[in-house]
Amino acid sequence: MELASTLYQSPYYEVAICATRCPLNLAETASLAEYMRETLEAHDLPRHFQARVRGPVLSHHRFKVAVAGCGVAAEYGYANAGIVYNDLKDRPTRYSGRGGLGSVMASRGLKFVVVDPLGAPGAAIADRSRFEQGRKKLEEALLEHAITKPKGGLNTYGTAILINILNEAGGLPTRNFSSGRFEGAARTAGEAIFEGNKQRLGRELYNHACSPGCIIQCSNTWHRPDGSEHVSCVEYESTWALGANCAIDSLDDIAELIRLCNAYGLDTIETGGTLGVAMEAGVIPFGDGAAAIRLVQEMGQGTPLGRLLGSGTESVGRAYGVTRVPTVKGQSMPAYEPRAVKGIGITYATSTMGADHTAGYTIAPEILGVSGKLDPLSPEGKAALSRAFQATTAFIDSTGHCLFIAFAILDIASGFEGMVEECNGVLGTNWTNDDVVRIGAEILKKERAFNEAAGIGKEKDRVPEFMKYEPLPPHDQVFDVPDVALDSVYAEL
Amino acid sequence: MRVRVRLFAMLRHYLPDVPLGGYAEKDLPEGGTVSDLLATLGVPETEARVVFVNGRARPPDWRLQPGDEVGIFPPIGGG
Ligand code: SF4
Repeated sequence: MELASTLYQSPYYEVAICATRCPLNLAETASLAEYMRETLEAHDLPRHFQARVRGPVLSHHRFKVAVAGCGVAAEYGYANAGIVYNDLKDRPTRYSGRGGLGSVMASRGLKFVVVDPLGAPGAAIADRSRFEQGRKKLEEALLEHAITKPKGGLNTYGTAILINILNEAGGLPTRNFSSGRFEGAARTAGEAIFEGNKQRLGRELYNHACSPGCIIQCSNTWHRPDGSEHVSCVEYESTWALGANCAIDSLDDIAELIRLCNAYGLDTIETGGTLGVAMEAGVIPFGDGAAAIRLVQEMGQGTPLGRLLGSGTESVGRAYGVTRVPTVKGQSMPAYEPRAVKGIGITYATSTMGADHTAGYTIAPEILGVSGKLDPLSPEGKAALSRAFQATTAFIDSTGHCLFIAFAILDIASGFEGMVEECNGVLGTNWTNDDVVRIGAEILKKERAFNEAAGIGKEKDRVPEFMKYEPLPPHDQVFDVPDVALDSVYAEL
Repeated sequence: MRVRVRLFAMLRHYLPDVPLGGYAEKDLPEGGTVSDLLATLGVPETEARVVFVNGRARPPDWRLQPGDEVGIFPPIGGG
């Protein structure tokens, strides 16, 4: 292990773990610190730390640990294994969820990434006053916008605030993408989480930051009837994947499913997609929360059925002969129905990552009325819309900001300017708003070139066939975006 | 005419007695619009970012029909 030689410098002291044969099902600070101490000692690292760290290594870690991908899912090589990081309170809940990254990490035998801040210069900032000016504008936009401000939409209801609006729009994928409406949706939504916590805790509970310095603070917790914390975080995607998509309407069951995913290192979207297809195949009935919990436990135990399910939505569809398999490029679709929201279907089809909503979130104008209002059922102009969103997103992602700043900066022009000024301040560049799309497009072209070199060309930019001929209730829509429009997303980049 | 209406997220307090997921029934004069309904409910138009009528987003001057199901949302976002 070439650990010592791969140390690099950063403002935070963090440790990331992906352990082969990790003994921890659910990472918990004391045993984690002990495990780390043993592993560090095995590699003679304390001597290295003694030169740099004041005080014992153990206590140093106790406060500064972040964990990544310590799941059995990765050890089994599951296609739905993510890399999970501890949040600010050491909950192993924040994910590089998609694409089976956890298995990539585990298969390389990667155990620790140690980042040592001592003596680090921090990020070089070319023009600090320009950076500060940009930061201030962005901060003002976040504090002002109804979605991102303190006690605003995200801080109060979390991302699960979206359940009801997608359900209302007929675009909430239900029972393995066979309907756009779920009769139990309201019981699984952000409002139900807020009210349920209030009832069980006897007070209002607002959400918290998942990473240092976040102003929006959208990360939530769900509490048991006795008030104890059951899990963090019940995201929109998770409560949908393990809720409406499986016809499960109990937040307590959904919370347990999320807790298990966190414990095993499973991506909740891919896991929910897999369960939906398994339910369609008759492995367990739709709506049976207890049976779904048993199946996820089997994934953690590595039983034959568990390992089959760990191979992900597409493989399970193939194994059981199911044709309604909601994937693109082998990745399970997230919580928006392409037949009811055409633009997001284009993003799913064309994203270099496979079906992914964050890559080009056309939901903003198509459903939420953010950055304009467009008819979600119409395919007109949606290829250009998806292209513009994908390029802008590639830029925002590259700045290191959480993508949720987009809601504020798409509505408040000075916030958008602020983000660009921050970049100019750090890099000493003179970018304008126009450069954002140009730079984003360059990033996308690189991703595209990578895919093409790996044999993934435009013929893979397609939604599954059933969406083209199976009308989706309640609007009875099929995915009617022509292939030439899908191809134009990258052809005209 | 009578329509069925639901308010969501920050707007829920305008209909405090309606349980989660439940509808309120509201009477409007024939030909009443989305704007008229908002006025009846006491919801300022500036707070209603998206109004769905039978699952389709509709503008404030949209004329409602008896039995319409209306869902009203403030600015929301997530992902
Ligand atoms: S807004 Fe982003 S950074 Fe902040 S808590 Fe939510 S996901 Fe984390």
